[in-house]
Amino acid sequence: MNRKLQYSLAINEALHQMMELDNSVFLIGQGVDSPWYVGNTARGLLERFGPEKIIDTPVSENAITGAAVGAAISGMRPVIVHPRMDFMMYAMDPIINEAANWHYMSGGTMSVPVVFWGIINRGSEQAAQHSQALQGMFLHIPGLKIVMPSTPYDAKGLLVASIQDDNPVLYIDDRWLYGIIDEVPEEIYTVPIGKGIIRRNGKDATIVATSYMVGEAIKAADELKKAGIDAEVIDMRSLKPMDKDLLFESIRKTGRLVVADGGWRTCGVASEISALVSQNLFKYLKAPIQTVTLPDTPAPASSILENVYYPTDKDIIVAVKKVLEE
Amino acid sequence: MRRYSKDFLESLYRTMVKIRFCDESFVEPIIKKEVRCPCHLYSGEEAIATGVCAALNKSDYIFGNHRSHGHYIAKGGSIKKLVAEIYGKETGCAHGRGGSMHVCAPEIGMLGTAPIVAATISLAVGSALASKIKKEKSITVSFFGDGATGEGVLYESLNFASLKKLPIIFACENNLYSTHMPIKRCRPANNIFEIAKPFSIPGYRVDGNNILEVYEVAKKSTEFARSGKGPVFIEFMTYRLRGHVGPDDNIQGAHTDIRPKSEIEKWLKKDPVRNFEKYLLKNKILKKERIDSIKYIIKKEIEEAHIFAKKEPYPEETELTNYVFKE
Repeated sequence: MNRKLQYSLAINEALHQMMELDNSVFLIGQGVDSPWYVGNTARGLLERFGPEKIIDTPVSENAITGAAVGAAISGMRPVIVHPRMDFMMYAMDPIINEAANWHYMSGGTMSVPVVFWGIINRGSEQAAQHSQALQGMFLHIPGLKIVMPSTPYDAKGLLVASIQDDNPVLYIDDRWLYGIIDEVPEEIYTVPIGKGIIRRNGKDATIVATSYMVGEAIKAADELKKAGIDAEVIDMRSLKPMDKDLLFESIRKTGRLVVADGGWRTCGVASEISALVSQNLFKYLKAPIQTVTLPDTPAPASSILENVYYPTDKDIIVAVKKVLEE
Repeated sequence: MRRYSKDFLESLYRTMVKIRFCDESFVEPIIKKEVRCPCHLYSGEEAIATGVCAALNKSDYIFGNHRSHGHYIAKGGSIKKLVAEIYGKETGCAHGRGGSMHVCAPEIGMLGTAPIVAATISLAVGSALASKIKKEKSITVSFFGDGATGEGVLYESLNFASLKKLPIIFACENNLYSTHMPIKRCRPANNIFEIAKPFSIPGYRVDGNNILEVYEVAKKSTEFARSGKGPVFIEFMTYRLRGHVGPDDNIQGAHTDIRPKSEIEKWLKKDPVRNFEKYLLKNKILKKERIDSIKYIIKKEIEEAHIFAKKEPYPEETELTNYVFKE
């Protein structure tokens, strides 16, 4: 039996192993030696690699992210951590204007092998500026790869792949996943960027999900099975590049699609996947596509409102039943 | 007597002339619309790029801004590739994908330029951080304008660079205008050189039109940064002889009604290239014939670069989406 590891420690292990393997890798960002910001993801790193490689910084997201980008341009492989994605908004210029464009606007003469690690850190009445899942905004940007691991295995494998990639990669994890314990090989390995995975095989409908919503989709599929509905669950794992082949193959089989993403609906991941499928596979669709997302509303504080704000397996079940009505 | 060798002074002069002639060579093609890419000409500011880069090694890094042809040339970038880039050609330094505002030559440490004001300052902090982590002796120079002092990222960068004692020089080229706005309308006090003080960074103000003064302060600052003492901030006082963008001089009364005629005239007398030429002649460092021959050779080189660039192929339309990602 394989070794089991917690999601957050799988991230930690990827950092340890990549820093051991490659001298150009370093970790920079707020709270990398403070336990309450990044949980145990940075455990033991400072002791092992020292303050020159594990760099805790003042709250200056714009300059620090820019510094990570500049270090990448000059040959390093930095991981810049944003303990809450919300604060990453201060760093939109280095991420979008600089990193994502640099390879293109230098005509391929330079590259930016940086990992922007943005943590979705929501719930617990933290309200609108401590809760945002902003993957949809970044999906719009050419030149930026985006991964969203949903399992400890992928958390490690995708972080290793992101660090090794020669392009800027936005690595988004959800704090709600940090407690999951599952099989994680001890050795170093990669999960290829741009490849999704089928988590449940099914023939009646396809549920495409990202990040935390994958777990909700699996719960929904298990529940639907009891009612005799056989739903396929696809974990996208990478939003850009997106594994269209896997997605399209499933929809050709089922003809019915529910997309579940933990971001907002408008111009979001779910909207993009819906557009892709309806443009390319219209004739295979037996029912209108359903999306399960946040409402177009900022995150509330009160837990009474939070309960209705965040979608769950129950919303996915309703959506699957809806696509099966037609 | 003289503190500098004749060869060194001649090399400074050559670089300044190269920058001046190269940027001025775009004026006619811009007017004729042979060049469509917006060019922010460096004419009038040559002494800064030249003097600072003369104090650098090939392994040192620089980052520029929207007005960076001069930085590219001074660091040793190819004129042919620069001109081809401005014409949007495949053989340009960025294969026609970057244009005038994204010139780069990583092989000689020119790591790139960007017109988002102040954006490359933090990138320069990053390459200085990389040098420190790699324990290399290289340093980085960040070139930015006076307008960049309005951007918050500059202050974040100063703080972090000083905190970590990074080998970086913040080179502010104060040409008195932030696009159209006189710097005195942007800042309550005329004290850019003092902005690094609260971050415990030494700050200097020098005449950016005097090549030897620029070189002196750059030399002193590079030695300071290279020895691990941390960043240096330098304000270079200068003036753009052309306007913000393109050949227009932004004179009052013209359609880009910005600068008083008397001010332009005053600064024309401080032309850094002409004044250095006078200095070289007066001190009998270079003879008139030598100066003429240098000018002739550089003029030829630039003319050839234009001829070359015009003949070169444009990027293939089928290659529009190349370089989005590194494969």
